Amino acid sequence: MRAEFAAAMVKLAAQQPDSIFLSGDLGYMALESVQKAMGDRFINAGVAEQNMISVAAGLAAMKFTPWVYSIAPFTTLRPYEQIRNDICMHKLPVKIVGNGGGYGYGIMGGTHHVLQDIGLMRMLPDMQVFVPLFASDVAEAMDAMVASQAPAYLRLNLGLSGIDRPSPFAEWRQLLKGKSAVVISTGPVVGGLLELAQKNYPGAFDVWSVGVFPFHGIPEAALQKIMATRKLVVLEEHGGPGGLGEAIAAELLGHLAVPIQFKTLHANGYPSGRYGSQKWHQEENGLAGKALESTLQEFIHETIPR
Amino acid sequence: MKLTSIDADRQAAMENLDRKALSIKLRFLRMYFKANAGHIGCSLSCAEILTFIRFAWMKDGDKMVLSKGHAAGALYSVLAEAGDLTEQQIDSFYQDGTLLAAHPPASGISAIPFATGSLGHGLSLSCGLALGSRLKKQNQHIYCVTSDGELNEGSTWEAGLFAAHHQLTNLIWFVDRNGLQGFGRTEDVMGLEPLVDKLTAFGWHVIEADGHAFVSLFQAKTQALEYLKTHSKPVVILCRTIKGRGISFMADTVDCHYLPLKEPQYRQAVAELTGQISISVKASPR
Repeated sequence: MRAEFAAAMVKLAAQQPDSIFLSGDLGYMALESVQKAMGDRFINAGVAEQNMISVAAGLAAMKFTPWVYSIAPFTTLRPYEQIRNDICMHKLPVKIVGNGGGYGYGIMGGTHHVLQDIGLMRMLPDMQVFVPLFASDVAEAMDAMVASQAPAYLRLNLGLSGIDRPSPFAEWRQLLKGKSAVVISTGPVVGGLLELAQKNYPGAFDVWSVGVFPFHGIPEAALQKIMATRKLVVLEEHGGPGGLGEAIAAELLGHLAVPIQFKTLHANGYPSGRYGSQKWHQEENGLAGKALESTLQEFIHETIPR
Repeated sequence: MKLTSIDADRQAAMENLDRKALSIKLRFLRMYFKANAGHIGCSLSCAEILTFIRFAWMKDGDKMVLSKGHAAGALYSVLAEAGDLTEQQIDSFYQDGTLLAAHPPASGISAIPFATGSLGHGLSLSCGLALGSRLKKQNQHIYCVTSDGELNEGSTWEAGLFAAHHQLTNLIWFVDRNGLQGFGRTEDVMGLEPLVDKLTAFGWHVIEADGHAFVSLFQAKTQALEYLKTHSKPVVILCRTIKGRGISFMADTVDCHYLPLKEPQYRQAVAELTGQISISVKASPR
């Protein structure tokens, strides 16, 4: 999604003279076009993320719309207090970009992953989280971020490939229709899920994706399907605490007229203490591949006690 | 004749600042006493610095960031003196439902650009304001006051590098160098000296001043403006100060960071401050 992000930034640079870009010394072979388009509004703030976030807040107070870019853990975990105090407390429209949320940086190792970013950002007042699914979602998500005038976090990752985009970027999207169970997911694990569901269980899974946090309720069609199938899986490349599963569970409680079977599949870090590609980590955590397949199979065949 | 007139003007300006500073100090002393609250020493430490910035340097559109937000009493009092806060607002200090908490608020008072209190944020925020102003060609000056204890924070030095690299000459940084921090002397906790060398090495032009003497602060301002005519390094004014200055039982103690005043102490403090107006123009001992 980085290329799409850069292309959209180049457009924004021309359309919005008050946009300004700060990079935490990242962008080699990726953001050169942004650097050129932004001119003196492109600031390589160096490897100093705490300062970069507060500088962005200062720039926002001077009526700029700052975009702050680095690898996801470095724009979220490292300067968390700066985000809370300097951006959120003042409701400043700073747009934080985290490349490779989840296991996106694969073999780079654990320091370059972040499994808490959605949760941490979701906990902050007025902060909105945007998780594009397809590469072509990125520009639309960025438009929404600009329109909101609020603090925002953009979690960039690998876009889904080999799958037609069913609809434009949105808070909720239905990706598959099915009769046996509902799956709600977000981010790149949706790709593996769709492949499995279509190949092995055609017509079984009703698949939805979430693109914006906090989301405003659960769509009526999804609720009805959950009630009818009484089976719901939440799948996410993020830790359990603060993740999509918790958000869905909290939202659902007020709506459930019948007991349902509810399972969350989320990242558990580094169970073996070993490292690999993003796909390898997804599989080790049961979020993709054979582990996900067997979970889905069991889940669909289990009977629900009345 | 001309020189004499300038000297007379300067003398009158300093006497005026002295009167304002006394009024400001008496106001926040009353605020802290009524609130039964601490942070008096750190407010006394920067009272003249804030007074000088607000009344002898700032112009319309300029911004002052009090990074050492724990000296909020001094800030609120300066803003009241300037008419940016009402006496009714001052009376609400520490009360439930107030805008004036122990540390500055995020919104509601236009003269306070940012909530501060967690140390190590203000200089970075000021860098953002200064850079933004320069890019927008708005010609504003940004005045940032940090403590010396907050030089322990790595983010302060990140900001130090950033300001020097971007030649933020419209940012003036004041360090309130009272030599004390939360639980000890700065040099015992995590030594800062040689601080002038460190600041210089980070790319700043360092001007030293007596942070309690307006004559010294005026000299620093003149030197800064002269320097900035032909140079592109940002200026830091390293203000030698005394925590709790002007009150005998508070001066240079860690206690005065925390302890509220009992009534006899309050009375003594007021008496000591009031008796001092005529001598504060002279350089203080440090």
